[in-house]
Amino acid sequence: MKTIAVGSPSRTDAPSGSLRTKLQMMLPRIVLAPSFALVLVFVYGFNLWTFFLSFTNSKAFASTHLVGIANYVKMWNWTFETDPPSNWHTALVNMVIFGGLYVGFCLFLGLALAILLDQKIRGEGILRPIYLYPLALSFIVTGTAWKLFLDPRIGLEKAVHDWGWTSFHFDWVVNPSKMIYCVAIAGIWQSSGFVMAMFLAGLRGVDSEIIKAAQIDGATTYATYRRIIIPMMRPVFLSAIIILTHLAIKSYDLVLSVTGKNPGGAAELPSTFMYSFTFTRNQMAVGSTSAVMMLATIAAIMVPYLYSELRQKRT
Amino acid sequence: MKFRSILMASAMVASAIGLSSAASAADIKEVQMLHWWTSGGEAAALKVLKDDLAKKGYAWKDVPVAGGGGEAAMTALKAMVAAGNPPTASQILGYFAVDYAEAGKLADMNSLAVKEGWAKVVPTALQKFTTTNGKWDAVPINIHSVNWVWLNKAVMDKIGGTEPKNFDDFLALLDKAKAGGVIPLALGGQPWQEATLFDSVVDSTGGTDFYKKAFIDLDAAALKSDTMKKAFDNLAKLRAYTDPNYAGRDWNLATAMVIKGDALVQVMGDWAKGEFKAANKEAGKDFLCYRFPGTDGTVIYNTDMFAMFDVSADRKAAQLALADSAMSIEVQSAFNIVKGSVPARIDVPDTGFDACGKKGIADVKSANEKGTFVGSMAQNYAQPPAVAGAYHDVVTKFFHGEIKSSDDAVKALYSALNGAK
Repeated sequence: MKTIAVGSPSRTDAPSGSLRTKLQMMLPRIVLAPSFALVLVFVYGFNLWTFFLSFTNSKAFASTHLVGIANYVKMWNWTFETDPPSNWHTALVNMVIFGGLYVGFCLFLGLALAILLDQKIRGEGILRPIYLYPLALSFIVTGTAWKLFLDPRIGLEKAVHDWGWTSFHFDWVVNPSKMIYCVAIAGIWQSSGFVMAMFLAGLRGVDSEIIKAAQIDGATTYATYRRIIIPMMRPVFLSAIIILTHLAIKSYDLVLSVTGKNPGGAAELPSTFMYSFTFTRNQMAVGSTSAVMMLATIAAIMVPYLYSELRQKRT
Repeated sequence: MKFRSILMASAMVASAIGLSSAASAADIKEVQMLHWWTSGGEAAALKVLKDDLAKKGYAWKDVPVAGGGGEAAMTALKAMVAAGNPPTASQILGYFAVDYAEAGKLADMNSLAVKEGWAKVVPTALQKFTTTNGKWDAVPINIHSVNWVWLNKAVMDKIGGTEPKNFDDFLALLDKAKAGGVIPLALGGQPWQEATLFDSVVDSTGGTDFYKKAFIDLDAAALKSDTMKKAFDNLAKLRAYTDPNYAGRDWNLATAMVIKGDALVQVMGDWAKGEFKAANKEAGKDFLCYRFPGTDGTVIYNTDMFAMFDVSADRKAAQLALADSAMSIEVQSAFNIVKGSVPARIDVPDTGFDACGKKGIADVKSANEKGTFVGSMAQNYAQPPAVAGAYHDVVTKFFHGEIKSSDDAVKALYSALNGAK
């Protein structure tokens, strides 16, 4: 867009010139219009369609017969059904466990790795891509690899037994009550390198004068990081949290590939719940309702964030 | 919602593919077929049909959508039908055919069906899915059944086991295997596999009349009965014979355990035979197939069908040719010998089938006469997907201990099935 603005002619008085200027001013809009229209229809349009479906009795096919908030009532009741836990209840509990561990550990590991890499060490050019590399794999590959690695019969447990430590026991990936932690492990492995890259970029942006000033004042390295540098990473924290949160909420292939199709219903997440009700159980209305609830969850995180960002810019 | 829009976008892409292929199908001498039979054995079976159509002068336009259970294919099909460009026919399972029929999307094949007398040769219970209000709109290509057990013969000989005739015999056999140092029961701990096992357990525990009352009629008294409770108790007994790492295992890995002799037996539908075949094992010599103990004489079926869509007039002739080929005795025989299943016509001779196939054919015939030919609950042939899904939930939660007792399981089953109806 910039080149168009820069290249505007100097002869603005001529009538053809003013038409040209007008055209040039409109060009960015014309260029953007198709993608804007596509986003409008395929993102927001289908959001509204899903919202509408959640008030209907749609089963295998979309129906326009309205049933009011019946689907929401159903979901609300499922939310508190604990004995035996309903799929939706399990999905929400797992979401909190998985999301909390995933976001928390990714931030912690990402920051720790970034700080260590930022110590002007030798071989950073080799180490950095190694940590970043898991991001190049899709979640389904990550999940399948971790499932095999953690499988007690062929993976970690067997290897440790072969080394001689035969009392070692680690069967989380085949234990329904622990499965969700394995999903978190695989997710953290996948994403913490990416978070590291974000923090590294942030750390490189810190003015070295500030660090020198702190050193002159006699601050220890620990205190410098704790009191000065990490608080300066606030914008990076915010971006990382937003990215990780939405990855956690929409994660689907990871959980299916790590757990092997969700035995005992114990590894259900809102996304797997939504897919199975919409596409395999022919309860499209219930699936849509869960999708709306997921959207509302994301909105609850995104809206305050956008609000605070925009307000900061204005001041 | 990004995930949702990705799904939508992929549905649009799928429909675009449908559009372009429909546009090129101006030639009426072409059959457009959507399916998910992409693995080696399945593709070979489909080739039988393809070749038969080629002989009649019809080209085959393949629309494969890979993915084991056909979930992706069903999504693509939905998009194609919604866009008004249905394929000539699509591989379809159970209630999905009913859904399309009720939506008025399927063709009327009665002219051919009456001429060929399909109503007399296709098992009666199965016609629920291939006909709507007396109108044929789908053709069954095979019959699978889920109440089979597959045993490694070498292991069986080693522990000196004999064919178990009822559930207690089965437990005794499993005990023998345990004492012999092999894993008695190879199980894949995924909801659909556990539910498939429970189909057989219920039939074995309560008999086929009970199975029908509970799962076909959803009779409240049967669902809440002590017999159902006993079925859950029996299921829990089987759990003790698995290895500790069964949760989440794929069915074919469980079959591999039996093939290798690590485990004695797997309870699985007859598609498991394909795995034995692929490993060059021979029925009767390397492996044994029995009906699940206590269910001999009953066939708990699922079937693959081709739904015939309501296509434009210039594509009808090709559609009729496809239906005619698929239902011919020669194709049904050749197709199912390759696929490992049983023909969907009871008048197909059993020559060329292996021992298990021969037993399967005889069983379907007698079960159809005795009224013990029943749809599998786990495989969506007894109830619509919403109810079957609720059934999977309860069985898997009980199996993995989230539902603690068989009392609770019976209560949960009743309320879940009712809630999903």
